[in-house]
Order: sequence, then C-alpha cells, then structure tokens
Amino acid sequence: MMVREITYADAIREAMSQRMRADDDVFILGEDIGIYGGAFGVTNGMIEEFGPERVRITPISEAAISGCAVGAAMMGMRPILEIQFSDFVMIAMDNIVNQAAKMRYMFGGKAQVPTVIRLPGGSGAGFAAQHSQSLEAWMAHVPGLIVVQPSNAYDAKGLMKTAINNNNPVLFYEHKLLYNSKGDVPEEEYEIPLGVAEVKREGTDLTVVATGVMVHRTLEAAKELEKEGISIEVIDPRTLVPLDTETIIESIKKTNRALVVYEAVERGGYGAEIASMIGESDAFDFLDAPVSRLGGVATPIPYNPKLEKAAVPQVENIIAKVKSVMNK
Amino acid sequence: MANYTSEQKINMLYDMMLIRGFEETVEKLFQDGKIHGTMHLCIGQEATAVGACAALTREDKITSNHRGHGHSIAKGTEVKGMMAELLGKETGYCKGKGGSMHIADLNVGNLGANGIVAAGLPLGTGAALASKMKNEGYVVLCFFGDGSTNEGAFHEALNLASVWDLPMVFFCENNLYGMSGSIKEMVNVEHISERAKAYGIPGVTINGNDVLEVAKTTEEAVARARKGEGPTLIEAETYRWRGHSRSDARKYRSRDEEKDWRKNRDPIARFKLQLIEENVLTEEKFAELEERMEKDLAEAVQFAEESPEPSLDTLTADIYA
Repeated sequence: MMVREITYADAIREAMSQRMRADDDVFILGEDIGIYGGAFGVTNGMIEEFGPERVRITPISEAAISGCAVGAAMMGMRPILEIQFSDFVMIAMDNIVNQAAKMRYMFGGKAQVPTVIRLPGGSGAGFAAQHSQSLEAWMAHVPGLIVVQPSNAYDAKGLMKTAINNNNPVLFYEHKLLYNSKGDVPEEEYEIPLGVAEVKREGTDLTVVATGVMVHRTLEAAKELEKEGISIEVIDPRTLVPLDTETIIESIKKTNRALVVYEAVERGGYGAEIASMIGESDAFDFLDAPVSRLGGVATPIPYNPKLEKAAVPQVENIIAKVKSVMNK
Repeated sequence: MANYTSEQKINMLYDMMLIRGFEETVEKLFQDGKIHGTMHLCIGQEATAVGACAALTREDKITSNHRGHGHSIAKGTEVKGMMAELLGKETGYCKGKGGSMHIADLNVGNLGANGIVAAGLPLGTGAALASKMKNEGYVVLCFFGDGSTNEGAFHEALNLASVWDLPMVFFCENNLYGMSGSIKEMVNVEHISERAKAYGIPGVTINGNDVLEVAKTTEEAVARARKGEGPTLIEAETYRWRGHSRSDARKYRSRDEEKDWRKNRDPIARFKLQLIEENVLTEEKFAELEERMEKDLAEAVQFAEESPEPSLDTLTADIYA
C-alpha cells in the first residue's frame, strides 16, 4: 500500500471522493461545500471533479437539508450531509432523532437510512459558545444512531468509508483542531470496523480512555508522566456507538485504575457513560481506585483564549488528574 | 387532463367509503378497548386523500402525517395490515411497533405517516431528489395540514424543492384547525396557497371535498412535476368531522359549524349524488359497494384479532440495519 502523510481534512475528502468514484449513489450536500470548499476546506476541489449534481450546495436550511438527506437515503441514495458547525445540528435534530434514528424500527424493519452526517465540533479555535460545542453524548443517547469520533487522519479515512457503506445513520464527529493535523494514510481505500478501539500507548499503572482531540493531549501527558515514573495506557474508542467495551475492560484488569478524558461538559457527557460501564463490568473487582472522569467545565465555551482553554481539559489538567487518581 | 371512466369514478367512491368505514370501525374498536393509545381520524376528509392519490401512479410516493389512515388506503396500502397494526399485531405493516402514526408501505410508495408536524416535507424533498438523481421518474406528494404551514420545515422544504426543481406536490389539507387552533388566528394570509408566491411556485386553493376537482388539480401539478418544472402548492379546503384525537372535547368550534359541514358538504354524499345524476351509479350499486366495504372491513378486523402479538424478543429487533 502506498502511504503518505496527509491531513485529517485531506483524509476525509479522499475517503468521500473514492467512494463517490466507486458508487453513483454516494453524493454530498451542504452549505458552501462547492467552490468555497466548506467552512473548513474539507470539500475543496470536489465540485470540480464531481459537478454540482453530486456536490449539492444547499440553501441555509438545516431542517430541510437534513430531512432531504434522510429521505434520499430511504430511497436508495447514500447522502453525506455536511453540517457546517456541529452546533447547527440543533436545527436538524428532528430529522436525526425523530426520523432517521427511528424509521427502521417504526416501520417494522422495512426501511433503512444509509446516510452520513458530518459534524465539525469542539473548541479551541476562538469561535465562542455557538460554534465550539461537543454534544456527541446527545446523539449517543438515541437508539438507532451510530456515533463515530476519529482522532487522526488514518482513522478519519477508514471510518469515513465504513460510515458511507453502513446502512444506518452515522453521526461523524470531526474536530476543528484536527483538520490540519497530519498522519500516515494509505492511498487505497480501507475500512475501520465500528466498535473497535485502539490502544494508542501501552502502560501499566492506569488506563485513560480518551476521545477526539483528548487522545492527543493524553498522549502528551503520558510522555510527561513517564518521566515521573507513571506509566499510563491510552485507549481511543474511535466509535462511541457501538463502543468497544472489551478492550477497555481488559486494559483496566491489567492496570487496575481508570480515568476517562473528554472535551464535552463533564456532567452527562459520554465519558460518564464509559465510566459507569467500567463500574458495572467485571473490571470492577480489579480496581484499586474509583473510576474517574475529566471533562469540560459546565460552562458555555467562552471567547477569550485563556478562558476558552480553561473550559476544557488541557495537558496539565490531565497530568494532575492522573496523579490524583494515583494518589501521588 | 384525463376524463375519468365510470369504473375509475366508482373506484374513487369505493375508496372514500372504505376510508370512512375504516375510521368508523377503528373508532368503535377504540371505544371497545381493543385499540389503545390515540388516533387521529380523517372522517370528512376522504376526498383529499382519494382525489390526490388518483393522480398518482403506484411508483409515485407520498409522505403523510398523524392523520394518515386515509392517505394510506388511497395509496393502496391494505386495510388488513393497517388494522393489524392498530391492534399492535405482528402481522401489522410495522410488526405492531409503529401504530397509527407510523404506518408505512414502501411497496406502494407510501413512505409513512409521521408523528411530527411538517416532518414529511423535508423527507419528501429527499425522496424527490433520489427520483431525480436516479432518473426514476416518480413524483413525491406530501400531505400535511394547515397547522404544518407555520413550521419552519414547511418553508425550508418548499424553498429547497423550488430551487432544485424537485418533482413534488405539496398538498395541504386545510381542515380549518390545527388541533384547537383556528387557522384564521394562526396566519395572516387569506389563503395558505398564497405562501407559494414566496418560493416562486404556483399555489392554488380548491374545494377539498370535491374529489374530482382534487384529482384534476393534482393531476396538473403532477404533470408539471414530472416534466421537471418543479413543485406546486395545493391547498384543499376540507373539514375533519371528529375531534383532533380521542381526547378532544371540541370546545373551540360550534356544533352548528360541524353540522353544516356534515349535512351540506359531505364529500361522499356529494360524489354519490353526482354519480347518480351522471347515471354512473344507482342506489342498488351503492348498496352493493356498502356490502363489499363491510365485508372487507370485517375480514380486516378478523385478521387483526386472530393475528399473534409480537414476541418480546422483537423489542430490540430492527433498531439497526
């Protein structure tokens, strides 16, 4: 396989383009995704290759275009909808939660909704309270939806192909801060299965389950902690629904301690679900310390850069939390 | 524009009778405690469902709303499976898991009733886009009530369908009330069809209790849509004889008003009289149709009652494909 270093944004674009070349039913729709390339440049150049029929620039109408994606998926297409900022999905929630998620069940298994909804989320770019949220837990709560959250270019490409080929509505959480991050990505298409976590770093003292951009911050924290003789294992679940519980549980049986790190507001975030899953699992008997969480402060994301950083876990917060769980 | 044959007219009359008979039957079953939950009956609105669907082929699609039994029957969904669904049985269209507000039958282009007001319109744009992109030629007709036209989804969907010239018909059944809200107090335009102008598409208001007028108007709109000329908004004025749902004491409207619509503007009585005057129908033939309807419905009820309930292990089946 030919492997080169490309960005997270390039990886998503490449996965979509390769699927569109292979499958006429795949198309993309969204606001400003044509010549503009989307707010984050993810669809740059796609309209030139695929034309305006398959790269459909929409009115600013999240309620209509989300329903349009669901309706087209019901009728055999495989639409990929770009919601410009994940925060704007509020206006599309009916179509995702009341329609897409339930249609198959409500209709007695007679329909399927193969659509991917791309959601650029997260803070750290100075966009303030209505453009910086991490609300993936809301989606993960709803039966019928699949929720993925790739943390790097390789996973983004593989999970995008998996998402497009999946016959369910998939909420694809991208992180704004990761779009320009580079990684080794094969040129060819490949899939990463849903519900398979990746152990990003092996360790012996404590398992950290981290999602999205927190995977990177935790890996940085791990290097610092290593210097102080604390060895942490870092797991990236990659997909929240379905969740690879086994990899997490097996790791904790080895390390005997667990911390979940996530950017979303700590209260009610998906990390809370992971933490309670651990508490109820047979890893419980192996625990030497209570399962802990480190999430965002319960505040709207502020604009001021210092405040913005203080609202979500940073490397130093992760280090401090690990030490506290270790009683050090 | 098609001139309907005698047979087609009799079929339309029969479908209207079947819809009313179905609704009266399920109302009785509800009163007898055999159906639980709630239901939204379309008695009095039979001509909109039947007239609109008469203009569609089997391949064309509809989206419907909470008051959807009539739309389903008119589109060709069978009363047996519908009745079984209302009784929560495994043989129902949704295996007993959808109920009244979620009956769908994709085989005849019935993309489903819907419990969320105006939700069928954005979904319809997607089905119409699929028709266009796959070059399948079918048209999508969305049924919705007057109340829906104050939802953002209505406005967004009409605009999207217009700018993309989607093969669609937006069919508003204006029955004067959104639950208890009189449409006159909820919009400041005389006719809902005027709203079409804002989206650059034709809008027309018609008598929704005249099945042939409904059929002919819808046919023109379908022809436009099929030619790639884009969507049309049809506002069909009608009246629901019953309350919004089972809990409605109808305090917001007068008994005189109800009586006027029942006595003077009954879509079935009107069409029956018209067909007798045209020598298409006789009282004897009408009695035969009634007998056939009663038999069809009795069979549906029997089928539903004798069908098994879904087993508990289906609780979590069909959540994911």
